[in-house]
Amino acid sequence: MHIPDGFINGSTSLAAGGVAAGGIAISLRQAAKTLDDRRVPIAGLAASFVFAVQMLNFPVAAGTSGHLLGGVLAAVLVGPWAGVLCVTVVLSVQSLLFADGGLSALGLNVVNMALVGALGGYAIFLALRAVLPATRSSVALASGFAAAFAPPLAALVFTLEYAVGGNGAASIGKVAAAMVGVHVLIGIGEGAITAMTVSAVLASRPDLVHGAATMPTMRPRRAAIVGAIRKITAEDHAAFERVGS
Amino acid sequence: MARVKSASVSTRTFAIAGIAIALLLAFVVAPHASSSPDGLVKVAADQGLDRGAHPSAVAGGPLAGYAVNGVHDTTVSTGVAGIIGVAATGALGIVLFAGVRAMRRRRDASAPARAGAG
Repeated sequence: MHIPDGFINGSTSLAAGGVAAGGIAISLRQAAKTLDDRRVPIAGLAASFVFAVQMLNFPVAAGTSGHLLGGVLAAVLVGPWAGVLCVTVVLSVQSLLFADGGLSALGLNVVNMALVGALGGYAIFLALRAVLPATRSSVALASGFAAAFAPPLAALVFTLEYAVGGNGAASIGKVAAAMVGVHVLIGIGEGAITAMTVSAVLASRPDLVHGAATMPTMRPRRAAIVGAIRKITAEDHAAFERVGS
Repeated sequence: MARVKSASVSTRTFAIAGIAIALLLAFVVAPHASSSPDGLVKVAADQGLDRGAHPSAVAGGPLAGYAVNGVHDTTVSTGVAGIIGVAATGALGIVLFAGVRAMRRRRDASAPARAGAG
């Protein structure tokens, strides 16, 4: 999904760079509101983890591979704004050190994977979470399904960029169909990896999952039930003792 | 969400485990990942979207293409490139987020001062 140099013309790339810069500026301001000291290393870890998993290309069709984009994963773990920044860090390191994704296409790639992936993906996550029961498995499930939508969504935005300034002759419809088709398959892998990773963090440190923190969980309800049972037992016990004495 | 009694591990343990997993994935698993073109590159090649493409300005760099210049064993080369990438993203991420954190601290510190002055 990393656009190399020269796929999209200069003016469109520049415009995308402006959108990316604006999105990053907003993300910096918003992330500053919620980030505490404890989350600084965790957010750095999230960036490292997304980088590592992005290296794991899996086969999706004959002669084609795909890899995690990681926007939804980062957003669910550290919040959508910090998630944008995590993916932006990954994309910057990839294009500067590894020549993966063009330097002139960095803005396009930040738009498609960081902004659309983390913000768009997180919006889908929130919508799914709202209709699912308020449990931890719902958080993992919602992140998995939202992550599955992220690659086809990025593919559509790429098609839009191609329509505006693509250096090719293929029709927009053909590009959209091929891009979305292959990225639906990549999305299955993205969804599975995201759901597994979120589940693992939920099992070890649920408080480090941003996407679970703002949710009215089952916990208070369960606590209320446990409290009620304890009260009944205590009253029973007291009554029994009164009868006994 | 409240911490769970038994399952919770310290932030330190969590971070060390997380970085260890990232390094393992990058060094051990990544060299065996699929080397087929990704979805975008494949579609671009099939439909001729890449006819204006040119190599990145850093395509001749020491780590270009996730390979370390001079390391001839491709497995080791990719693995070491992966470790460098994990370290670089982690370092850049921590510097960036520490900066974001400092931005907030400065704002928090200046807010009461302004209130006091007014």
